[in-house]
Amino acid sequence: MTKQFKGKVAIVTGAGMGIGRATALMFASEGAKIVAADINIEKAQETVSMIRNAGGESLFVKTDVAKAAEVKAMVNKAIMVYGRLDCACNNAGIIGEAGSTVDCTEENWERVMDVNLKGVWLCMKYEIPEILRHNKGSIVNIASVSALVGGPGIPAYSASKGGVIQLTRTAALEFARSGIRVNAVCPSLARTPMGEGAYHAQPEVEKARLEAHPMGRMVEPEEVAQAVVWLCSDAASFVTGHIMAVDGGFLAQ
Amino acid sequence: MVKLFEGKVALVTGGSTGIGRATALAFAREGAKIIIVNNSNVGKGKETVSMIERAGGEAAFIKTDVSNAGEVEAMVNKTVKTYKRLDCAFNNAGVGDVMALTADLTEEEWDRTININLKGVWLCMKYEIKQMLKQGGGTIVNMSSAIGLVGLKGSPAYTASKGGVIQLTRTAALEYARLGIRVNAVCPSFIATLMNKRLLANEPELEKTIKTVLHPVGRLGEPEEVAEAVIWLCSDKASFITGHPMAVDGGYLAQ
Repeated sequence: MTKQFKGKVAIVTGAGMGIGRATALMFASEGAKIVAADINIEKAQETVSMIRNAGGESLFVKTDVAKAAEVKAMVNKAIMVYGRLDCACNNAGIIGEAGSTVDCTEENWERVMDVNLKGVWLCMKYEIPEILRHNKGSIVNIASVSALVGGPGIPAYSASKGGVIQLTRTAALEFARSGIRVNAVCPSLARTPMGEGAYHAQPEVEKARLEAHPMGRMVEPEEVAQAVVWLCSDAASFVTGHIMAVDGGFLAQ
Repeated sequence: MVKLFEGKVALVTGGSTGIGRATALAFAREGAKIIIVNNSNVGKGKETVSMIERAGGEAAFIKTDVSNAGEVEAMVNKTVKTYKRLDCAFNNAGVGDVMALTADLTEEEWDRTININLKGVWLCMKYEIKQMLKQGGGTIVNMSSAIGLVGLKGSPAYTASKGGVIQLTRTAALEYARLGIRVNAVCPSFIATLMNKRLLANEPELEKTIKTVLHPVGRLGEPEEVAEAVIWLCSDKASFITGHPMAVDGGYLAQ
């Protein structure tokens, strides 16, 4: 059976850990060449090694997605080395400091917005022209259930992810007739360094949240990766501008 | 490579034509044994069975009116009698509207649409879930529509029935989330099925609006594109997805 991403090239930002790493590995196992972008050099290179050890092709590009020049360089590197770009998972993000709307500092606000929201926009800005060269490709942005319901104690995160959804819909509409599909995935609390750290100082909040969760558990990074890879595949050819929950029923409540 | 549904049994209501048939064929391609259910078009239902058999799969046909509790209970019983179990169900049987404004719709039309599209989905879940609980789990996908989430002029009963399907889906998903049953819905926009071709033959203006305004991608969807979403949601790859209304709509709802 031919691998579904054979001959294709995918960029994954935040590929050093968690959902980004799981997605990079899954794309690679389906035959894609992977551009693993992250600010964490060591972790991202570990992802690249994992892909290479499994017989795949991957390269690392140190990228701060909040900086236009670095994002541009990331996409250029993909083209220079692999010759094309087909898929992107714009996943890099930070949770920021815990603190209510009143306690959130301007510094925290700006940092979270720069990485989570401006970062996704910049990635799409430079990825889309390359995908347009062959008029077929697919982008998945990682949002969150906190994009659709409130995130008490994480106002900047929640607002940034809400913005990701609207960016996704807008880009989907703009390029629907040019062969580019753009979707978003909204995971609930994930078993990743970020997810497990989210309630670090408040274990009782995490426990209560999981008890109130319909499935009663965290989402595994591989479960999010499955959704990303499916949305990027030809099986999802009529799916664009969609906000897919991978949340064990959290948003159905 | 192991097929996704090897050893599993999938039931597809409204499996005679269109999205139901495409989904039955996709499930069969991935190794499932298929129960095709239909009420109004037995000939086409048996044709779907033959198509699966010719491709080397196993399938059987059960005639069922999904709005009749006794018939739905018998449908699940016959499924279990035939193939011993029920792992996946695609509750897809439905009827389209005669296009009529809210003030012009007849009570007869309202009752027919709600009974098949909404009560039918509830009845199917009622008996499917009982069987799945005995086995320790299963997955269900209900057929809703993009117009289960937004309105459409001239389609009061259909939009109401499909909106109801989404809420039924969420409720059942919550109820059985910890018991191994996932329940999701698909929300297609206008798909090139027989049902829609008939509708659009009488509504040329609507077809133009779909291609220029309603569908950002500028075309109707194909039944196979919805089928791919259904079988993916039913597969283990979607193990954390439940209670989700998945759009397969070429960007319709993003506008």
